[in-house]
Amino acid sequence: MEAVVLNNVSKTYGKERKVAVDSVSLTVNKGELFGLIGPDGAGKTSIFRMLTTLLLPDGGTATVDGFDIVKDYKQIRNNVGYMPGKFSLYQDLTIEENINFFATVFGTSVEENYDLIKDIYVQIEPFKNRRAGKLSGGMKQKLALCCALIHKPTVLFLDEPTTGVDPVSRKEFWEMLKRLKQQDITIVVSTPYMDEATLCDRIALIQNGRILQIDTPDKIVQSYPDKLYQIKADRMYDLLKELNVYPKTLSCFTFGEYLHLSLTDESEQAEKELIQHLQNKGFHNIEMGAVTPGIEDCFIQLLKK
Amino acid sequence: MKETVIKTDKLTKRFGDFVATNEISLEVYKGEIFGFLGANGAGKTTAMRMLCGLSIPSSGQATIAGFDVYKQTEHIKKHIGYMSQKFSLYEDLTVLENIRFFGGIYGLSNADIKTKSEALLNELGLQDEAKTLVGSLPLGWKQKLSFSVAILHDPKIVFLDEPTGGVDPVTRRQFWDLIYNAADRGITIFVTTHYMDEAEYCNRISIMVDGRIQALDSPANLKKQFNASSMDEVFFELARGAKRGE
Repeated sequence: MEAVVLNNVSKTYGKERKVAVDSVSLTVNKGELFGLIGPDGAGKTSIFRMLTTLLLPDGGTATVDGFDIVKDYKQIRNNVGYMPGKFSLYQDLTIEENINFFATVFGTSVEENYDLIKDIYVQIEPFKNRRAGKLSGGMKQKLALCCALIHKPTVLFLDEPTTGVDPVSRKEFWEMLKRLKQQDITIVVSTPYMDEATLCDRIALIQNGRILQIDTPDKIVQSYPDKLYQIKADRMYDLLKELNVYPKTLSCFTFGEYLHLSLTDESEQAEKELIQHLQNKGFHNIEMGAVTPGIEDCFIQLLKK
Repeated sequence: MKETVIKTDKLTKRFGDFVATNEISLEVYKGEIFGFLGANGAGKTTAMRMLCGLSIPSSGQATIAGFDVYKQTEHIKKHIGYMSQKFSLYEDLTVLENIRFFGGIYGLSNADIKTKSEALLNELGLQDEAKTLVGSLPLGWKQKLSFSVAILHDPKIVFLDEPTGGVDPVTRRQFWDLIYNAADRGITIFVTTHYMDEAEYCNRISIMVDGRIQALDSPANLKKQFNASSMDEVFFELARGAKRGE
């Protein structure tokens, strides 16, 4: 069964009718961990705000838990949890007061759904009398997640929960999400970090308000059209410049310690020619081999279309 | 001989009982791309503020572009550039007005500003946008412009605080092209990032944990040292032991 359905949803802003979301259609199944992956300005927040009934679409229809986002906004507001990208709790209330406040607003109590937040709450409980405004970034994030969960939502919307967060804390946050998923909560999460895409069940790659591709991370990777090589040598920046003017280069970009390269000719002969060419150009310690593309490779490839 | 442009010796900053930056010692060379990594709350921003002459250390020594961080902070500010994700250009000024404004702040002559703004607009392909308000530019363009403005006065060092957050992977790479170019011209790059693939683009990196520098070397050597296949693993190995959050 579907938890979230979007049908050609569009959103424009201002007098110039600047398009933020351009005819987006997608479906999130119940119990799924679904990722919206794309850079700033892709339209992720607009989609979240429409699905949480905070913004009206200009076109198209959408439902959350079967409820229409325009007509049935009251039901949706009772059922979903939303963690905006910007910290939006009461800065001058303590941790405990914030959680109690949100529980009361939703007509429930912390005790009633304590199971759901226990794992996360115990980590901030020692500071429960501290005001939210005085918390560290990581603690704020955990408190916000508790407040979004306290009424046992059916769908949880998380808008860029890991932006600006270091790799270790990001990993911890995703482990929390996996545990929530086991509690039958559907999770829709957005992120600009491509490496987090593989942690989702399915993802939508999104840019300029348009969906580039929707599928499981594995299938997206499998659909990468070209043979991809990783290559490195001494003087990496010169290597990049050289490969960018090499006539048989289809695409070449930096990727960690290697460059990722596709050639117009995928034969072994072409590989040998290239290495010979680079040696003639004075490159040393050349290392070249095939590599499995990642989501970031796929995104770059889709952006070129 | 390598020219040292940043040199710190047991540089420390305390806030009351809290030691935000704890005896960090490092040297950064001319034209080097130096990655300054650490978990949230490790003390990177505090350290960077001292290196930029914005915060007086509690103890220890440091010279930036040859100037002392206690006594010559105004000289430091003239010889460095600074850009952060939060630092924005003036959104309600045009591209050209921003360039002229910052050129003026850094004390460039009108003639200099004129030639440099033309060169900059050409390099970024922004000629047609010279009279566009910065507020209406896409984020990626703003970041590139912001970087170019930060090095307009040919500083010895440019400090970049998470410069590439939030942009798409293609724009992020174009941004790194600008960084390499500047380093080729002899400008030292001191950069923080949460993208571990970007750590690989640095000549050397340091990793801070709980106020101290726990590792400092080239990415290749660090991976060897920690027997790791990626910088992500190295970072995880070091930072997971961190006691303090942001």
